[in-house]
Amino acid sequence: MSVLVNKDSKIIVQGFTGTEGTFHASQMIEYGSNVVGGVTPGKGGQTHLERPVFNTVKDAVDKAGANVSIIFVPPAFAADAIMEAADAGIKVIITITEGIPVKDMITAKNYLEGKEVTLVGPNCPGVITPDEAKVGIMPGFVFKKGRIGIVSKSGTLTYEAADQIVKAGLGISTAIGIGGDPIIGTSTKQAVELLMDDPETDAIVMIGEIGGNYEAEAAKWVMAQGNPKPVVGFIAGQTAPKGKRMGHAGAIIGGADDTAAAKMKIMGECGIHVVESPADIGSKMVEALS
Amino acid sequence: MNIHEYQAKEILKSYGVKIQHGVVVDNPEKAIAAAKELNKETGTEWFVVKAQIHAGGRGKGKVNETGSNGVVLAKSLEQVPEKVKGILGGTLVTHQTGAEGKVVNKVLIAEDVYYPGESEPKEYYLGILLDRAKGKNVIMASTEGGMDIEEVAANTPEKIIKEWIEPSVGLQGFQARKVAFALGLEGNAFKEMVKFIFSLYKAYESTDSSMFEINPVLKTSDNKILAVDAKVNLDENALYRHKDLAELRDLSEEDPLEVEAGKSGLNYVKLEGNVGCMVNGAGLAMATMDIIKISGGEPANFLDVGGGANAETVESGFRIILKDPNVKAILINIFGGIVRCDRVANGVVEAYKKIGNISVPIIVRLQGTNAEEGAKIIEDSGLKVSSAIVLKDAAEKVKEALA
Repeated sequence: MSVLVNKDSKIIVQGFTGTEGTFHASQMIEYGSNVVGGVTPGKGGQTHLERPVFNTVKDAVDKAGANVSIIFVPPAFAADAIMEAADAGIKVIITITEGIPVKDMITAKNYLEGKEVTLVGPNCPGVITPDEAKVGIMPGFVFKKGRIGIVSKSGTLTYEAADQIVKAGLGISTAIGIGGDPIIGTSTKQAVELLMDDPETDAIVMIGEIGGNYEAEAAKWVMAQGNPKPVVGFIAGQTAPKGKRMGHAGAIIGGADDTAAAKMKIMGECGIHVVESPADIGSKMVEALS
Repeated sequence: MNIHEYQAKEILKSYGVKIQHGVVVDNPEKAIAAAKELNKETGTEWFVVKAQIHAGGRGKGKVNETGSNGVVLAKSLEQVPEKVKGILGGTLVTHQTGAEGKVVNKVLIAEDVYYPGESEPKEYYLGILLDRAKGKNVIMASTEGGMDIEEVAANTPEKIIKEWIEPSVGLQGFQARKVAFALGLEGNAFKEMVKFIFSLYKAYESTDSSMFEINPVLKTSDNKILAVDAKVNLDENALYRHKDLAELRDLSEEDPLEVEAGKSGLNYVKLEGNVGCMVNGAGLAMATMDIIKISGGEPANFLDVGGGANAETVESGFRIILKDPNVKAILINIFGGIVRCDRVANGVVEAYKKIGNISVPIIVRLQGTNAEEGAKIIEDSGLKVSSAIVLKDAAEKVKEALA
């Protein structure tokens, strides 16, 4: 089973022949992900990394049966790339690109509404189902196979969590990096929901940060479901000042509900196992499972 | 990106939004001429002198040197220079600037719009911002003009009117009318408000803004609607297609260390604490700040060196952190994925030797790709740098360093 991506995913890379696309596509192929080709408009017909290059996503769907796409297209053209993938019938669109204008993302998200497609990101590390498919930029070796799902807004903090989980003697079912932008395709709650429904996942690590209300929404949903699987939660930015953007475009405290303290309080009230220190994620998971 | 009130008003004006007119000056000698020009243009005989800084609460804020408020009224042309002198060049402290305040380099001399007439002037609130959860822009309005909107939202949420804008069709007439009616307007003031909302939304959309706050919007005694103040926040990701707006950036409003870090491609935010940190990735950087706090310190900064940490970025990171005299220890936390830890370790050692004379203890925590090799490089370097691999150890070492 697993969620979003697995060994049968037919993956294409949008922005295939660019520097980022080339580097990460080779890493994905080396990991064993089923990359069936890529898209670079104007370079259709060429071969890159021993795989076909298509002019359009539609060609990649028609000719290579692509159903998952990963996007490395530069910010100015990324929203267009997302919409092209959705139009062509891609089912899972994972957008790595950082720095997409908000207005473009409003348009793209609106375009996707009502279509049978899941957008993950933008500004995210991607999705990995260990030993099956890595569709992202994360270091694959950190994510050993197991039964813990991870949902996170951050890249390296996801690796940190995975590493602690693995060192605690557990492993990862699927890790979903949802991204740190103000507008993202898959919310914390939606990602948690996917993992709750996944028979290969026993427990979930939910990592958030300041800004927005996604974590609170997810926590309330988990409680409403009767806490079917243990969830360990952490919110980065307990020491972040108000009104300052902390790296991620979405990581900014606007109002009282945006703070780490407010989110952790709601999560705690909803039965999430909240850790104050990011060093305790692994040990807390062991405790929650026992 | 934040801009000044006078810049925001210029933008609004160019999209047909009615504003309180004004002339900006950076020198008290230009004040009289500016006031005269404004008098000629608008007929105003009273003048409002407004400090131009990137912070709210200017009206109640005080200038350290003179005791003047940040927004004052001159009831004659003659009073203008003296009022300007009370603010310009001084350090204005408001509830948003922190105790150190902000130096006022420019003041806006604006027309008086609260003149008496057929009806009472009344203030409103209008904002446009992104609703992150819905992925749509929302217009927020309230009859409680001039008040902090967060307070209004907390105490009297029923007084806030919201209209979400459908991305596929944009702002519709009925929505603007709904807002204007809900504000209790009628007659000419109603018509003006509908027009005001339309022009304002057009300005918001066209400039790729991420937040507009017009507080207050004023209904004048002769039933005109105009923006008395304007806070505009531009989407930095979209500035590449607005070269003219990008030029509105005022570097003097930003922390000099943050500006310098930006030039080196580092994402740095200056904080008040005593432990500096350097991390790859924004989420891990925030988490590292939290670890510092839990270990008994206070983070001195947020610093994300990004995905490609190398000797150069590590060196510039070091130099920036070390310029902060409050820093008593530095924690470097790198999770090597694509970045190899041995390379980062070499970068740390090189930068350390190059800078020389680093007196504060440094804790380097390397995890991920080639973490063991990285730790060995640090240990073998003979420098006053201690290394850790597990995050918990790093926290312990920070604690020791501060003890």
